[in-house]
Amino acid sequence: MRTALPRRLAIAALTIVLVVTATFAALHVMPGDPVRLLLGPAADPATVTAARHALGLDRPLPVQYLEWLARFASGRWGTSIAQQRPVAAVLGDALGPTLLLVGASLLLTYLGGVLVGAWQAARRASRADAAVTAATTVLYALPSYVVALALVAVFAYGAALWRWPAPLRLPAFGAAGLGADLLGPAARLADRVRHLVLPVATLALVGIAGTARYVRGAMVDALRQPFVRAARARGLSESRVLLRHVLRTALVPVVTLFGLQLPALFSGVVFVESIFAWPGMGRVTVQAVLARDYPVVMASTAVFAVLVVAGNLLADAVAALADPRRERPA
Amino acid sequence: MIPPPGLAARVWGDRRARAGAALVAAFALGALLGPLLPGHAANLADIVARRFAGPLSRTPDGVWHLLGTDRFGRDVLVRLLAGARISLAVGVLAAVVSTAVGVGAGAVAGYAGGAVDRTVVAVTDAALAIPRVPFLLLLVALVEPGAAVTVLALGVTGWMTVARLVRGEVRALGVRPFVEAARALGAPPLRVLIRHVLPNALTPALVAATLGVGSAIMLEAGLSFLGLGVQPPTPSWGNMIASGRDALMIAPWVSLAPAAAVALVVLGFSWIADALERAIAGAQA
Repeated sequence: MRTALPRRLAIAALTIVLVVTATFAALHVMPGDPVRLLLGPAADPATVTAARHALGLDRPLPVQYLEWLARFASGRWGTSIAQQRPVAAVLGDALGPTLLLVGASLLLTYLGGVLVGAWQAARRASRADAAVTAATTVLYALPSYVVALALVAVFAYGAALWRWPAPLRLPAFGAAGLGADLLGPAARLADRVRHLVLPVATLALVGIAGTARYVRGAMVDALRQPFVRAARARGLSESRVLLRHVLRTALVPVVTLFGLQLPALFSGVVFVESIFAWPGMGRVTVQAVLARDYPVVMASTAVFAVLVVAGNLLADAVAALADPRRERPA
Repeated sequence: MIPPPGLAARVWGDRRARAGAALVAAFALGALLGPLLPGHAANLADIVARRFAGPLSRTPDGVWHLLGTDRFGRDVLVRLLAGARISLAVGVLAAVVSTAVGVGAGAVAGYAGGAVDRTVVAVTDAALAIPRVPFLLLLVALVEPGAAVTVLALGVTGWMTVARLVRGEVRALGVRPFVEAARALGAPPLRVLIRHVLPNALTPALVAATLGVGSAIMLEAGLSFLGLGVQPPTPSWGNMIASGRDALMIAPWVSLAPAAAVALVVLGFSWIADALERAIAGAQA
């Protein structure tokens, strides 16, 4: 955790190189021929050869590998087979919506998770604590696509069926309404926010469940530390002990948890974007897989990993700042 | 392997472990006995009369449907149990593959040390930074989707936690007197590793392997849900959830039953893993 910044950056760079290598290896190591899958069994040999050449798959492996590394680094990720647009443009369009979704979910996940976990730790071993633990355990066991479908059933279909008031009838499809371009700025913003609610709620519910369990555990552990007894002995109120001393200590491992949660969140994004037709990276990736659009799939996997690595670097910086044991300049 | 003495008894003494084991056993039993249920070969002539029958209802042909029927008049319970075979098998096999890879990588890294160790650690850290689902999508994009591919893809993307745990244990054990004694007696390194170090290093990996089964089942269902795992008409919980998606309001049981099955099995495995972790911590204390 105390690793110096240059070393951290070196590890991050190495990670990205390894990931880009893994995507390349996957293309060549997995059994089966992507070109044959792309063109179907009826393709004649001449077409197959031409397609292999067009994709650069007929060159020696080391050449292809170095070329892939160089192309990835310079952002020339090739052309999408399905969309006939540069891969960078396809992913560039999808990056914004995904970051919006992930950012909003992360914010809610940590706010909600810390609140629920701290609330539980304050009344640990009570009936309410046990009930919330049971709820978070079940929620955490639910796949995100099940949570998503349940929310769609209740707030999109159900709300219309049961004639709920309009604000509770939430859209379950896309990032904006059909007539969004015709709306005024305020109405357009409201429309965007309404489209965000269900996808973000799905990711945040699952995230809050996981984070709350972790925060509760870390706080209960911290409560057993000698410094808590010392703080109480100094006559501090229980709420002050919990907030100033216990929560602050417990938050350090929680920030580190971020590094493990981020990949899981990007995995959830794939399902959530597919269900809610959210025009982000996850949906683009699934559609590219279904269309056998390899250049897009390879680049998007690598971009996902780059996002995770960047997120981890950020989390390390925040953890270093938040740690009460951090040396302060005199 | 040698579990700490009394570990099984400790785990069994935990109420949650028994509940989890009961859940998993119920689905395993159902998967085994499912084919004995009266078969419901879809009869094209009366599909309209049989489709979307509710749970606990009887179709005009006189057959009871405990969990109702789907859009083709197929019995949801029969399909659920057939799907259980695939989901459980894929989950367990994927966990076996990933645990084997993890134990191998962790043991070699921890025991060899030096450059080998640093390389394995770097690769493990890099692999942990790859979001699993997008990478799984890449792997299945390159081949025809199916159960075997899913096992392999889940196996090679889930070994990192086990590798880390085993590496840590092997390193800690490597300096213990009994290992030194074995080495001093002239045992070759591989024998020391396999006979003396590994059996004592596997206990923490048990927890990760148990959790791995649950997450593999969840991911298999997810891939099948997206249409990239087990392909219809072969039932798997994931493609069953997907098939009920359009009928969520008129026949929620079609999606709900397999969704509940996934959640219950995952819950069962996570309860067992929790109890294991507690028991191991207790045995060490």
